[in-house]
Amino acid sequence: MYTIIVLLPLLGFIIAGLFGRQIGHKGAEYVTSGFMVVAALLSWVAFISFFFGEGETLRVELLHWMQSGTLDVSWALRIDRLTLVMLVVVNTVSALVHIYSIGYMHHDPSRSRFFAYLSLFTFAMLMLVTSNNLVQMFFGWEGVGLASYLLIGFWYQKPSANKAAMKAFVVNRVGDFGFALGIFGVFYLFGSVNFDTIFAGAADLMAAHGGEGAAAAGEGAAHGGDVALQFAGWSLSTMGAVTCICLLLFVGAMGKSAQLGLHIWLPDAMEGPTPVSALIHAATMVTAGVFLVARMSPLFELSHTALTVVTFVGATTAFFAATVGLVQNDIKRVIAYSTCSQLGYMFAALGVGAYGPAIFHLFTHAFFKALLFLGAGSVIHAVSDEQDMRNMGGLRKQIPITYWMMMIGTLALTGFPYTAGYFSKDAIVEATFAGHNAFAGYAFMMLVIAAAMTSFYSWRLVFMTFHGKPRASHEVMHHVHESPPVMLVPLYVLAAGALLAGIVFHAFFIGEAYEEFWHGALFSGPDNHILHDMHEVPAWVVWSPTIAMVLGFAVAYLYYIRSPGLPAATAARNPGLYKFLLNKWYFDELYDFLFVRTAKWLGRFLWKTGDGKIIDGLGPDGISARVLDVTDRVVRLQTGYLYHYAFAMLIGVALLVTWMMLGGAN
Amino acid sequence: MLDWPILSTVTYLPLVGAALILFIKDDNELARRNIRNVALLTTVFTFVLSLGIWLAFDPSDPGFQMVEQAAWLGTGISYHMGVDGISMLFVILTTFLMPICILASRDSITTRVKEYMIAFLVLETLVIGVFCALDIVLFYVFFEGSLIPMFLIIGVWGGKRRVYASYKFFLYTFLGSVLMLVAIMAMYWTAGTTSIPELLAFNFPANMQTWLWIAFFASFAVKMPMWPVHTWLPDAHVEAPTAGSVILAGILLKLGGYGFIRFSLPMFPLASADFAPFVFTLSVVAIVYTSLVALMQEDIKKLIAYSSVAHMGFVTMGIFAANEQGVQGAIFQMLSHGLISGALFLCVGVVYDRMHTRDIAAYGGLVNRMPAYAAMMLLFTMANVGLPGTSGFVGEFLTMLAVFRVNTWVAIFAATGVIWSAAYALWLYRRVILGALTKENLKAITDLDRREKILLYPLAVLVVFFGVYPMPVFDVTAASVERLLSSYTAAIEAAGSVASAAAH
Repeated sequence: MYTIIVLLPLLGFIIAGLFGRQIGHKGAEYVTSGFMVVAALLSWVAFISFFFGEGETLRVELLHWMQSGTLDVSWALRIDRLTLVMLVVVNTVSALVHIYSIGYMHHDPSRSRFFAYLSLFTFAMLMLVTSNNLVQMFFGWEGVGLASYLLIGFWYQKPSANKAAMKAFVVNRVGDFGFALGIFGVFYLFGSVNFDTIFAGAADLMAAHGGEGAAAAGEGAAHGGDVALQFAGWSLSTMGAVTCICLLLFVGAMGKSAQLGLHIWLPDAMEGPTPVSALIHAATMVTAGVFLVARMSPLFELSHTALTVVTFVGATTAFFAATVGLVQNDIKRVIAYSTCSQLGYMFAALGVGAYGPAIFHLFTHAFFKALLFLGAGSVIHAVSDEQDMRNMGGLRKQIPITYWMMMIGTLALTGFPYTAGYFSKDAIVEATFAGHNAFAGYAFMMLVIAAAMTSFYSWRLVFMTFHGKPRASHEVMHHVHESPPVMLVPLYVLAAGALLAGIVFHAFFIGEAYEEFWHGALFSGPDNHILHDMHEVPAWVVWSPTIAMVLGFAVAYLYYIRSPGLPAATAARNPGLYKFLLNKWYFDELYDFLFVRTAKWLGRFLWKTGDGKIIDGLGPDGISARVLDVTDRVVRLQTGYLYHYAFAMLIGVALLVTWMMLGGAN
Repeated sequence: MLDWPILSTVTYLPLVGAALILFIKDDNELARRNIRNVALLTTVFTFVLSLGIWLAFDPSDPGFQMVEQAAWLGTGISYHMGVDGISMLFVILTTFLMPICILASRDSITTRVKEYMIAFLVLETLVIGVFCALDIVLFYVFFEGSLIPMFLIIGVWGGKRRVYASYKFFLYTFLGSVLMLVAIMAMYWTAGTTSIPELLAFNFPANMQTWLWIAFFASFAVKMPMWPVHTWLPDAHVEAPTAGSVILAGILLKLGGYGFIRFSLPMFPLASADFAPFVFTLSVVAIVYTSLVALMQEDIKKLIAYSSVAHMGFVTMGIFAANEQGVQGAIFQMLSHGLISGALFLCVGVVYDRMHTRDIAAYGGLVNRMPAYAAMMLLFTMANVGLPGTSGFVGEFLTMLAVFRVNTWVAIFAATGVIWSAAYALWLYRRVILGALTKENLKAITDLDRREKILLYPLAVLVVFFGVYPMPVFDVTAASVERLLSSYTAAIEAAGSVASAAAH
C-alpha cells in the first residue's frame, strides 16, 4: 500500500507529462487529480490503521541504488508515525490543490504541463518524507527543488517569474551544499547513510557520553588523541563532530525552509501560480527542513550547541519575517512572510527539544496556511488577477464564501482560542519558556512579539481586502464573482482542518497520548523533559500569546477600520523604519552586492585575465609569439623555412627514440 | 569465454568501413549519401558487436579478460589486448557515441564528406584501441594516433578560428605526451617489459616513481584537461563541428582519467599518495575557477566546455582520493559525463544548424516554438547540474563523499560546485530557452525533427536510467577497482613499514 501511495503521483506525472497531448487537458487533470485523491485516502487509511497495528516501523525495500565499498544505498521506504503524519499532510493538501487548480487554471493553455509538475512535486516530496536513508532524502530534497523551480517559472514568458525560479533553485542549492556535506559527515562518522545504523550509532554515543554528553558537546576542540573528524582546519572530538554535522544539516534545512539569511527566495517564489504557493511554499516543501531536523532528532539531541543555534535562528526568523509582513502590500507576499515567520516558530520549538509541538504546528499550519493561500487565490481570481491590496477593499459582500474562509484561516493563524493554531502555536510559546538553552528566553520574547505582529498583519490583510470602500476600478468591481464549487470545496475541507485539527489531535501530538502516538519516531534524550515542563509554566505565559493576539487585532482594527489615515501618518513619521521594512531589511540588495556582482566580476576577471592574459599569454600564445620572433630573425639569416627544420628535428627525435627502444631490447 | 578475438574485431571493424568508403567516389549527392550510410551502418554494427563484450564479460573476475597476444616489434613489445572492469565500459561508451556522431553530421557536414567519415572511423578504431591495449607501447601508439584525426576534424571542418584552435589542441597534447614517451622508455629499461599486466605487478623504486608520475601526469592532465592546462578545450570545442565536440567531450577527455586509473595510481602508488594533495588543489581550483568563468561566457559551447573542465575536476579528485567510492565514482562520472556533455553539445548543434550562431544573446524564448527541445535541454541541464535521479548526481556524490573521507577542505570547496553549476546552467537556460519570443529571426524556428529525436531520446533515457539504477556500472567495476586499491594500499603500507624500519 505504501508503495502505491508513493508511486501514484509519479505515474500521474508520467501520464500527464509524456502523453498530455494525447489525453488532452481534461484527461491530464482528471488522471492526476484522481490519483492524488486515491493516494490521499490511502494515506488516511494508513494513518488511522497504524493505531491498530503494533506501531512497528516498517521498511519497504524497492530497488538497489548505489553500492561502492562500504556505501550501500537503496530506494527504500521507512514508515513510522512521523512519515505517516507527513504523508497525510502532503497528500491531503496536494489532492485539494490539484482539485482547486482545475478551477483556478482553467484558462491556461498549458494546464496539462501544470498538473504534471504538481504530481512530480508530490512524488518528490513523498520520496523525501518516506526515505529510509539520507541519500534518498536528498533525492526528494532536490526533486522538490526542481519541481518548485518549474512551477515558479511556470509562466515562462514573464521575466520576473524566470528570475524568481532561478533564484529559488540557486539559494536552495546553498542549503543543499550544507546538507550534502552533512551527509558526508554522517557517513564518515557512522559508516552508513541508513537511518537505522545512524540512530543506533547515535544511541551508542548517547550511552557513552551519557550525562556530560550534553555539556561536553559544546566543546568543539578535541584534546590529544581522540580526534574523530578534521573539518576545515578544526580537530573535532566525536561530540564536536556531531555538532558540526548537525549544523551542516541545519544549513540544508535553513535553505529549504527559508530561514533568516536563506529566506530571500520565498517571497519571490510568489511569482508562481497561487495553488503552487499553497502547496509548495506554505504547506509542504518549506516544512521539509523542519521534518529533517525532527527526523534526525536522535542526532540533534546529542548536540546542545546545534540545538541552541536552531533556537536562535528560528526565533529570529519568526520575528524578522513578521516585521516585514507588517508593511507589504502584495496579498501573497504578506502570506509568504507569514509562512517564513511560522516556520521560525517551528524551528524555535525544535531548538528547545520540543519536537512534538514543532511537528504539530507543521500539521496545523499546513491546513490554515493552505486555506489562506487558496483563499487569496480565490480573491485574486475574483478581481481579475490583481494582487495589490491597495487596489482591493470592500469585497466582503461580493465574495462572501471566500471572505468567511479567509476569516477562518486568519483566526487559526492568529491563534484564536480552540482553532488549530491556538493549540500548536501556544504549545510552542510555552515550550520556549520552559526550554533550557541559552536562547530559550530570547526565543520566548521574540515569539510573543511575533504573535502580536502576526495578528496585526493578518487582520490588516482581511481589513484591506474585504472591508472598507472598494478601491478597485469600476470595471474590475463589475466583474467580481465568487469562485466555482471546484475551487470552494477544497476550501471547505481545509477550513474544517483549520478549525478542528487542534482539538482532535492535540492530545496525540503533544498531550497525554504522546508516547503511543509517536512510537519513538521522535527521539528525546534522557535529559529532555520539555514536554513535561511546558505544561507547568505560569499562567501569564499561557495567556501571553492570546493577549498578544488581541493586541494585534486591536491595533489593526484601529489602523484600518476606525481611522484609515493612521497607517500613512505612521509611515510618514518613521520614514527610515518604514523603508527598511518595506525593502525587507535590504537583504536582496546586500546579497546582490556581496555575491552576485562579486561572482560575476570574478568570473569575468578569471576568464579575461586568468585564462586569457596569464595562462594563454604565458603559455601557447606567448610561446608561439616568441617562436615567431625568433623565426623572423632566423629567416633573415638562413632564408629557409624554420618549420621544415623543426619538423625534420621532430622526426629525428622520434626515430632516435624508436632506435633506442628497439636497440635496448636486443 | 569467446574463442575468437572479439576485441580486435570491434577495434578494427571501423577501419573496414573506412576502407569501403575509400572506394566510393565523393562527387555527387547519391555517393555522399552512400558514404554516410556506410559509416552509419559500420558504427551501428560495431556498437551491437561491442555489446557482446559486455555480455561475455565476467564481473567477478578482477583481471583482464578476452586477452589476445601476438609478437609484434622486436622482443618484448607485443600486440596485447584485453579489457577489465575499468576499461570495458569505456569501449561501450565509445561505440555507443559513434553512431550518434555520424548521424549528427548528416546534414551539417556537406564538404569533403568522404574524408570526414574516414577520419571519424579511424578515430573510433584508435580510441577503442587505447582502452583495450595491454602493451604500453601499443597504448602509446593508439593514444597519440587519436590526436591526428581529431586535429583534422577541428582543423578542416571547424569554424572560423579552426586553425588556431587545432594547433593549440595539438601543441598542448603533444607536449604532454612527449614526456610520457620518455617515461615509457625509462619504465622499459627498469622493468624489462612493456606489458601492462606485468608493469602493474612491478614495484618501481620510490624516487623513480616521482619522475615517472610527473611525466605521465603531464600527458594526462592536458587530456583531462586540468587547470591550468585547460585553455585549449574551450577553443577546440567552439571551433569543432558538433560531432567533433561530442566525441571530444564524450570520449577523448576520458583518456586522461582512464590513464590516471590505469597507470598513475597502480603503477606509481607512492608518488600518487605524495602528489594527491597537489591534484586535489588543482581539481578544486578547476571546479571553482572554471565554474565562475563559465558563468560569464557569451558563447553557449564555450560555457559547456568550461563546465566540462569543472566536471573533470570531480574525476581527478575522486581518483586520487584512492578509495572505492572515489575511483568508482570517477569512472561513473566519466561515463555519465560522456552521455550528458555529448547530449548538451548535440543540443547546441540543433540550434546552431538552424540559426548559425552560438551567441547566447542571439537566442531567447525558444520554449515557445520548441517545447520538445526545451524539455530535452532541461533534462540535460539538470543532469549537468547533478540533480539526484540523473546520472550526473551519482558520480559527483560519490567523488565528494570519497574526498570527504580524505580531506574535508577539498570536499567543502568541491561542494560549492553544486551552487556554481546551478547558477551558470540555469542562467544559460533562462537566457536561451525561457522568456518571451521577441527576436524576429527566431519566430519561424522549428522544433526537433525525427533525426534529432532519434539522437537525443536514447541519451535522455540512459541519463535517467543510470541515475535511478546505476548498479550495472558498479557491478562491472567493483572487482577490478577493489583489486587496484588493495594493491595500492599494500604498496603504501609496505613503503611505510620500510621507512619506519629504516628510522629505527
